[in-house]
Amino acid sequence: MSAFVQYTLQGLAAGGFYALAALGLAVIFGVLGVVNFSHGACYMLGAVAAAVLLDLGMHFWVALAVVPILLFGVGVLMERLLVRWLLRLDPLYNFLLTFGLSLILVDLVKRRYGVSGLPYERPAGLEGQLHFGALALSTYQVFVCLFSFVICALVWLLLTKTRVGMIVRASTEDAERSRALGINVGRWVTPVFGFGIALAGLAGVMAAPFRAITADMGSNFVIILFAVVVIGGLGSILGAVVAGFLVGLVEAYGQAYAPTFAQVAIFVLMAAVVLFRPAGLFGREETA
Amino acid sequence: MTHPVKDPSNTTGTSGVDASEPTLTGRRRGPWRWVMLAVGLFTALALPWFIYPPVAMDIAAWALFAVSVDLLLGYTGLLSFGHAAFWGSSAYVTGLIAIHWGLPFPVAILAGMLFAMAIAVPIGYLSVRRTGIYFAMVTLAFAQMIYFIANQLSGLTGGENGLQAIPKSFFGIESVETDSFSFYYAAIGLIFLGAWAAWRIIHSPFGRVLVAIRDNPARARALGYDVDRYKIIAFVLSAGLAGLAGGVFAMSHGFSSLEELNWTTSGKVVLITVLGGIGTLWGGPLGAAIVVTLEDKLTSSGFEGTGIILGSIFVVIVLLFRHGIWGTARDLLQRRMAGRRDRSD
Repeated sequence: MSAFVQYTLQGLAAGGFYALAALGLAVIFGVLGVVNFSHGACYMLGAVAAAVLLDLGMHFWVALAVVPILLFGVGVLMERLLVRWLLRLDPLYNFLLTFGLSLILVDLVKRRYGVSGLPYERPAGLEGQLHFGALALSTYQVFVCLFSFVICALVWLLLTKTRVGMIVRASTEDAERSRALGINVGRWVTPVFGFGIALAGLAGVMAAPFRAITADMGSNFVIILFAVVVIGGLGSILGAVVAGFLVGLVEAYGQAYAPTFAQVAIFVLMAAVVLFRPAGLFGREETA
Repeated sequence: MTHPVKDPSNTTGTSGVDASEPTLTGRRRGPWRWVMLAVGLFTALALPWFIYPPVAMDIAAWALFAVSVDLLLGYTGLLSFGHAAFWGSSAYVTGLIAIHWGLPFPVAILAGMLFAMAIAVPIGYLSVRRTGIYFAMVTLAFAQMIYFIANQLSGLTGGENGLQAIPKSFFGIESVETDSFSFYYAAIGLIFLGAWAAWRIIHSPFGRVLVAIRDNPARARALGYDVDRYKIIAFVLSAGLAGLAGGVFAMSHGFSSLEELNWTTSGKVVLITVLGGIGTLWGGPLGAAIVVTLEDKLTSSGFEGTGIILGSIFVVIVLLFRHGIWGTARDLLQRRMAGRRDRSD
């Protein structure tokens, strides 16, 4: 029983990374219609930035606030300099563009920091284990779970309860009609892109004490993210979050009970979704 | 949805529409096609005299691989980001058959190709349910599934080490089995066979239906074509070509690694295809020649960070020259010819 709880926690912690990053992917797709292939690279940049900041004496809690702001800047630059020029064309062009971009980012980091991982210690206050009776849970995993829940909830509130969120949702729903109703959709494109990248960066910072920080850490991550958004329904905010945690759980249970098929299980789940609900669990048919 | 890679500036029908179109330029381009074919054949046959034969073989294999991707992207309007699954699985099956049964290498490669086509049936069946960007993501994810499966079956595939020492058995002809220069000429026939098949597919009535589906799937459906079935068949045929290329690649190197199945391989072949020019059969070989040579030069010069150079070139191509090198050159030529004709009229 306690083993099961531990696997569940492990799954929810891994799912937290997926949910946060997939949320960023979904917001970007919703407003810009762009599937950002470099999302994995941005996640990696977040983790690397955290490691560099630690080297400069800024600990985890500072990085948690600073890195998303830095990545927001990266996202704004990416959108302004590159992505923007292809928005009018078929989304496949931006898919390809961001693919090229991720090749560049990964190799730049590889050149600068090498292929072996950068060190990162568990932040003070989050090491060790929490004891609930007979149950011992990793403090950091509990933190990751709770923190990603909170961030997802905050983003959800931001999107549903604020005026900015309403505008973003309206632009997602029907950009043309939003424009007709006097909303300057174009003004929100850049900040939304930056915001999505910042979420990937945030996931990266949280992964830093938890995973090996290497230039390639995002290259597998982004494929899983694609599976997550296909399962959840591309463009669906709720779908991204639910599918993120779901995939995390599938991965963790898989590793625990059928290690041979752990990684394959995610894709089997995706195949089942594509077969029975092609638009994804929370997607609508017409979004294709 | 229209042709996924169409761009609004493209009004001249350059997206994969070939010279058989009954236009004035089409008829004029007739003899050029034979000249191109002769030049292409000559280049392919002369290549190992000028560059290191294994590199020449790499170019030929990647060229056919790119053609297989273009068959889907340029002529059916589907961007597969998972073609490594077919290239890589064929590389493994080819290698396993050559190692365990010692069959002549063309037989092993054909078996690998058939295996690639077999796994393409379920993957294609599931993937064609989505179009556009979804298709790219779904194929990518399925290919990664194949990668993980191969990694798990380490007893068979050698896991992280891959398959080592694949013998090039060729009816006891020793020069082919040991010398990469002779091997090139023994194996290039398979590449030609694949290229010829691609050409036949594109110029067949079946290929015309694919183009119709690319340009207007709803109309193709209204005309009574089973769109999904055509897409699946195109997907399986394309996987076969990718498998043929992957088998030749594995044979040439004498090993097959997990890298052949990884998504970076799928990315590289898409990069080659787009660089050369989508919807132009000649773009693939051109892109392959550039990318393989560039990688070879960069690696041998000790430069780490091939991705920076390739990625930058790719970003520039996608931003500014979306018809690729071949397509852009062709557009320029056509515009000049059209200009000359206007003046003479």
